[in-house]
Amino acid sequence: MGEPCAVIGVGQTEYRTRRLDVSMAGLVREAAWRALQDAGLDWGDIDAVVVGKAPDLFEGVMMPEAYLADALGARGKPLLRVHTAGSVGGSTAIVAAGLIHSGRHERVLTVAWEKQSESNATWALTVESPHNTSLVVGAGGYFAPHIRAYIARSGAPTHIGTLVAVKDRLNALKNPYAHLKIPGISREMVESTPMLWEPIRYLETCPSSDGACAMVLASERAARRAPNPPAWVLGAAMRSEPLFFAGRDTVNPRAGRDAAAEVYRQAGITDPRRELDCAEVYVPFSWYEPMWLENLGFCGEGEGWKLTEAGATALDGDIPWNPSGGVLSSNPIGASGMIRFAEAALQVRGMAGEHQVDGARTALGHAYGGGAQFFAMWIVGSDKP
Amino acid sequence: MPSSPNHVLEFPGGYTRSVGPVIGRFLSELRDGRLMGVRTASGRVLVPPTEYDPDTGAAVTDEWVEVGPAGTVQSWSWVPRPRHGHPLDRPFAWALIKPDGADTALLHALDMGVHELGAKPPKTLTTGMRVRPRWRAERRGHIGDIECFLPEVAVITAPTRLEYRLRPGRAQDRFLEGISQGRILGDRCPVCEQVIVPMRGLCPRDGVPTVEEVELPHTGTVTTFAVNNIPDPRAPEVPFVSAYVLLDGAGMTMLALVAGVPADRVRMGMRVRAAWRPRREWGRTMDNIKWFEPLDEPDVPFERIKDYL
Ligand SMILES: [Zn+2]
Repeated sequence: MGEPCAVIGVGQTEYRTRRLDVSMAGLVREAAWRALQDAGLDWGDIDAVVVGKAPDLFEGVMMPEAYLADALGARGKPLLRVHTAGSVGGSTAIVAAGLIHSGRHERVLTVAWEKQSESNATWALTVESPHNTSLVVGAGGYFAPHIRAYIARSGAPTHIGTLVAVKDRLNALKNPYAHLKIPGISREMVESTPMLWEPIRYLETCPSSDGACAMVLASERAARRAPNPPAWVLGAAMRSEPLFFAGRDTVNPRAGRDAAAEVYRQAGITDPRRELDCAEVYVPFSWYEPMWLENLGFCGEGEGWKLTEAGATALDGDIPWNPSGGVLSSNPIGASGMIRFAEAALQVRGMAGEHQVDGARTALGHAYGGGAQFFAMWIVGSDKP
Repeated sequence: MPSSPNHVLEFPGGYTRSVGPVIGRFLSELRDGRLMGVRTASGRVLVPPTEYDPDTGAAVTDEWVEVGPAGTVQSWSWVPRPRHGHPLDRPFAWALIKPDGADTALLHALDMGVHELGAKPPKTLTTGMRVRPRWRAERRGHIGDIECFLPEVAVITAPTRLEYRLRPGRAQDRFLEGISQGRILGDRCPVCEQVIVPMRGLCPRDGVPTVEEVELPHTGTVTTFAVNNIPDPRAPEVPFVSAYVLLDGAGMTMLALVAGVPADRVRMGMRVRAAWRPRREWGRTMDNIKWFEPLDEPDVPFERIKDYL
């Protein structure tokens, strides 16, 4: 992996339905400035900036990295933009980490965001072209059949999705940045909400959020001077696969399995359930928790729902998933992956506040995007590799 | 108030009012397009000014202070049906507005944009909201020189429109040509030997060009599906079913509408057939196939579709 890389600063905005009080520049600066403060740095201390953003069509800002260069203090500095659909927050962090691993830079600022209130993701995801050869549907309509396929293949009881919907929202009550705060959230409440795209109920889906997340990544030398404990990057991997090909497994995608195998190899992990202390995994529809438990090798195929049902992934379980409340509680799409990566870092830095997993020393951050085609993962730890 | 009075009492020409040095200065400044307050002995800035400090009765100082013109709404009352003589003829709010730099608020009309008569107060009308005056072009030294206040600019719209000339490319062009003739075309991969449909001229898995064109039957099997309860202009009704259909002989599924059967009767493994629109409506578009509808055949066992999920 080259030179060691540490997360020395994390900054998040509060995630809300509408942040009408700030411009796009103001939103990203809010997160970036908080990350700089955490790292004890100023704009001038940063060597390079890496920006992540979901499709330009979401807000209709083309080349947002150029538009936001000055706002992110990037004048005269290397500036990169990453775009890998919903996984972009994760892959952006990995690209930024690469600039440190390479030994090229000492301190890199990385930022991802979404202002969903100023866009319409469903519209952007369903634009027709005159030559479409297949039905085009939005995210919920796209993922629902794959969830149905998972249920059929694994024999999972139908209430598993509601368990995740409740568990993640209970965690969100402990996270000051979380968007959806539903006091008294219960299975009955989730089950009483309408089926939007059967088998997905309203409260089994993520909200639409405005928000940004930023991190300062640093070399070993810079990390030694940071005021707060670092999170060391122990492994990072990205994999992609085409949307349609013969033999594609959409329930348990190969790209996800391959990325997981690679990130575990780098971090020296052979049994993720036992060796990781917690995980922040991209679960925008509740059923994706059991699906990704299997895809990420936390259990055998067809067994994921049993871990969820047994409470293994709850905050007090043996492998807490999404202590922050996850994507089900806050979803500024472009930022959602980076939030997973940043929350994993906060856990191993011991800085996660009320949703801290006691004694967490190794954590997984995960993001996926497109039609479950793009995967980005990293493992961070309290100890330098 | 009676809508058609039967008696009117009106002082000819209107009463005159001497405004004195303090209000006179305020109105003169207003005519010049400035909002001014006067300072009291205790340091407070009164807007609109008076000749005396209302708290103590002492005369105000000679010190004038330019305030605002932006300010903050301290309280408001919504007027859903404006009356004759009101400053606006559409619903508006009376608001107590404290100009920046002032210690008191002045009462003025607040224009919240276009609302139907009788409308409820808009959600954006709030105590604490930021507002600015709309000045009249012709001013005469009167509180009406400010026509009304307006919310500060919070959102602009950025119309976006891109025009393209899209070409489908060779494989898609050939596929759509087939569709325009009522044929569903795929191509076979020379490596994995799977039939890829719609045809795309290559196998994404093996990364090789395809060479053999294959015409597929119009029948297939639903592998999995969603029941959509959110309306879609392309679907006949709500709920509607979007399904992955594995055409007989194909190596992969296509996402399509399934109709002609109640949504709660659609099953994994259900046999379906393409329902084509009348031939005279055909074009080079997938719309030629309206949707897939059930075939009167037994369901395909899960075992035989599980590898296509
Ligand atoms: Zn092939």
